[in-house]
Amino acid sequence: MKKVFPILGVLTAILLSYALYQALVGAPTERTMGDVQRIFYYHVPSAWTAFILFFVNFGASVFYLIKRKPAADIVALVSAEVGVVFCTVVLITGPIWARPVWGIWWTWDMRLTSTLVLWLIYVSYLFLRRFSSSGQTPLLAAALAVLGALCVPFVYFSIWFFRTQHPQPVMGGGGSIDPRMLHVLLINWLAFSCFAFLVCWSRYRLEKSQREVDEAHAMESLLDPPRSVR
Amino acid sequence: MTAPTGITRATLHKDLRLEWRSKDAINSMLFFSLLVVVVFSFSFDPSAEESRQIAGGLVWVAFLFAAVVALNQTWARELRNQVLDAYRVSPAPANSLFLAKTLGNFIFVSVLEALMTPLFIVFYRLRALGPAWQLLLVAVLGTWALVVNGTFFAAMSIRTRSREIMLPLLLFPISIPALLAMVQATTAILNGEGARFWIVLLATYDLVFTTVCLLLFETVLNAE
Repeated sequence: MKKVFPILGVLTAILLSYALYQALVGAPTERTMGDVQRIFYYHVPSAWTAFILFFVNFGASVFYLIKRKPAADIVALVSAEVGVVFCTVVLITGPIWARPVWGIWWTWDMRLTSTLVLWLIYVSYLFLRRFSSSGQTPLLAAALAVLGALCVPFVYFSIWFFRTQHPQPVMGGGGSIDPRMLHVLLINWLAFSCFAFLVCWSRYRLEKSQREVDEAHAMESLLDPPRSVR
Repeated sequence: MTAPTGITRATLHKDLRLEWRSKDAINSMLFFSLLVVVVFSFSFDPSAEESRQIAGGLVWVAFLFAAVVALNQTWARELRNQVLDAYRVSPAPANSLFLAKTLGNFIFVSVLEALMTPLFIVFYRLRALGPAWQLLLVAVLGTWALVVNGTFFAAMSIRTRSREIMLPLLLFPISIPALLAMVQATTAILNGEGARFWIVLLATYDLVFTTVCLLLFETVLNAE
């Protein structure tokens, strides 16, 4: 396993640089928006990656509630953390694109609002993990993750009632896209997913060793209490 | 062993009697929402016809903030003398306790709404152009949505550091769809438009979240 990590790291680096080249040079320039449109190759893959990570968080939380495996809890924590980062990227790149194209930084349109609400839900999840005392955190967090994930359809459905200004989704939205652009988009998505997986993995290892260290400290103080206690 | 409904009734009875004697929650909620009404009146002209458009949001924001005051007290009261720990080791079903607490909070917030609504009508010259009975439906469904999630998250947040800050941080994001539905339904009714979609959405939200809260509450109560 230890050898796989650096290999995957190198592969991801190569993939990311190729995707960057494709996004900046390889992809054709959009006719009306010009080069601004290229941010799309970061915006959309980040969004997809974030949604996948939130879904992983939900799955891991349900699994934890049923089986109570600590590994599932770490997966839930890690996927929420990295998912929030990617969701933040989406929320930052969106306005950068919207300012020249729409003329405004932000609009309370369906997709923008629901992504923001999604971000808020998972930030509150991270808050709970941070403020909770260690022993009960996994269970409370898993319960919150389930409620948060259930909230997502309601968020989308309720905000769907507002008129939408966002460009139609690339997949299943009826919008058309140049096949070369789609190609670049998918490469970027692959690169971003690999990158997210890599970050999650290293964060997982970090959290696991952190917990082992904490446990060792606890054991040590049990076996050999400090002199003042004795 | 007492039946689950008996436990619910006993706990609810105890909470209502405690509240009736101290009137802590209802007084602080009333004063708090009164303050919100006054502060909001500075930010726009309350007597203008356009204020009808924002009245729905304003009413619910006032009730939401006031409800958090009551919700924070729900479980904090049980921490004294280790009542909650005693409950945890007793064979009584956790959901009976949850239902009692939720019903109690529902009654407190409903009383608050009943007392505050005339004040809102007077201060903001509200007049429903649509069917007013639907407002009652929205109030019941909306209050239940706030209270069922709020009671659940209050039970979560008493386990955390700085618990009083934690409750709104957890409750508000999850309640956004319900809040949106309440505000939109109220505004639609006040303006004489159809609010059917929002009422159905609110009812579904209530159903889903009540079920899931009941399923998960025992886990949260016994989390160690």
